[in-house]
Amino acid sequence: MEKWQSLFDGFGFNLLIFFGTIIAAVPLGLVITFCTMSRFKPLSYLSKLFVWIIRGTPLMLQLFVFLYGPGLLLGIPMKSRLTAAFIAFIINYAAYFSEIYRGGIESISKGQYEAGQVLGLTKRQVFSKIVLFQVIKRIVPPMGNEIITLVKDTSLVRIIGVAEIIMSAERFSKQGFIWPLFSTGLFFLAMCGLLTLLFNYIEKKLNYYHT
Amino acid sequence: MAILEVKNICKSFGDTEVLNGVNFSMEKSEIIAVIGSSGSGKTTLLRCINFLETATEGEIWVDGECIFDAKDKRKITAEEMRKRQLNFGLVFQSFNLFPQYSVLENVTLAPKLMAKERPDYKTHKKEIFAEIEENAKELLDRVGLSDKLGSYPCELSGGQQQRVSIARALALNPKILFFDEPTSALDPEITNEILKVIKDLAKKQITMIIVTHEIEFARSVADRIIFMNEGVVLEDGTPDEVINNPKNERTKAFLSKML
Ligand SMILES: Nc1ncnc2c1ncn2[C@@H]1O[C@H](COP(=O)(O)OP(=O)(O)OP(=O)(O)O)[C@@H](O)[C@H]1O
Ligand SMILES: [Mg+2]
Repeated sequence: MEKWQSLFDGFGFNLLIFFGTIIAAVPLGLVITFCTMSRFKPLSYLSKLFVWIIRGTPLMLQLFVFLYGPGLLLGIPMKSRLTAAFIAFIINYAAYFSEIYRGGIESISKGQYEAGQVLGLTKRQVFSKIVLFQVIKRIVPPMGNEIITLVKDTSLVRIIGVAEIIMSAERFSKQGFIWPLFSTGLFFLAMCGLLTLLFNYIEKKLNYYHT
Repeated sequence: MAILEVKNICKSFGDTEVLNGVNFSMEKSEIIAVIGSSGSGKTTLLRCINFLETATEGEIWVDGECIFDAKDKRKITAEEMRKRQLNFGLVFQSFNLFPQYSVLENVTLAPKLMAKERPDYKTHKKEIFAEIEENAKELLDRVGLSDKLGSYPCELSGGQQQRVSIARALALNPKILFFDEPTSALDPEITNEILKVIKDLAKKQITMIIVTHEIEFARSVADRIIFMNEGVVLEDGTPDEVINNPKNERTKAFLSKML
């Protein structure tokens, strides 16, 4: 019983990282998309470079960088491991989300913007009334994939010493119990199962039209 | 007074000169068909007049008011831009309906957004929207789609989609309605259904400019035919003048291929 309790406590950290990342990275990704698609070239290049670096290096490395980097490079040690974990995850996932958004926005045909313009809509109205919904429909499936990956990625925080579920279970395997380690899989399966159902539901809702 | 005057419109993309000084004018209720071989600049001309491209040179006048002057580099406000835009309606070759909206919503979207600027919007929103919907239903009835109000574009045939897009353009009461090859994305059997709608609009005295490859249709519906070649108007006259008695060798060669 006490072992289960410890697993639940550990999974609390996984959930914390998961929801914290979603809440912050979903909007931050949009900011990055707008920077990348900006007509102001320096900003666009800088943003692309940033996305390239974040997507081109392992999240595990980024966790170390955000934990030790501030202390070693700036002389301001990172006080909390959890904060470092949040920053690394939010930035990493925002970069991935931004690419999904960009793909979604770029997949909308020029004709949709032009039809809005000749009907006298402002740029803002074209985006909010015509383009946005179509973009959401396009990005739901890839976002679903990415978010399910995030669930499992949260276990990475153990390498900087945040006591997430697998780390909690490992303590018991050292004491000779193997089942807690296997049981962690159930937590991830349940969470991913719920998310799969949720995304299937949303996709179905949006499927009242196709293009 | 001419409802539309196009003066010396030029347009180039980089080094490619597409329009080399297009001039014509039209009267209210007139119907002009624009013909010409592929690449002669017909689409580019419509796009320049409808502000989808910015002409490199020239002026456009509507009802004696200059609404575009390439020399005038002042930045105009979004509001002013929209006022100019609303002089015209454009029906695209590829319809460009909004897929997430029903047929009725496609037609009412722009008028409803426009209504927000009316001073009585807040107090009379219900009445205003009811009026907009009534008008939209009437237009959809006119194009023969009163039984499809709740359908989505993906559930319609190409011909039906094009009819929705015609109703959508009409809903804003443009002074001039432009068509860019409204039937060329459609099966030949469906072409007639669109041509019938346009003929019906002609009876209602709607001022139209129609780019088309359907010479017979142009002859029967248009008051005037403009033949474009290499970015200029080579011939401009009644169907009889342009089709039966073309002055130019180019026009003759083009027509002999088409008829
Ligand atoms: N955005 C663009 N950039 C570069 N060139 C362009 C662009 N738009 C059009 N052109 C060129 O301008 C020329 C005229 O094109 P346009 O589409 O106006 O012809 P059109 O008369 O409408 O032909 P069609 O009958 O095939 O529709 C073509 O040679 C085309 O390649
Ligand atoms: Mg064309």
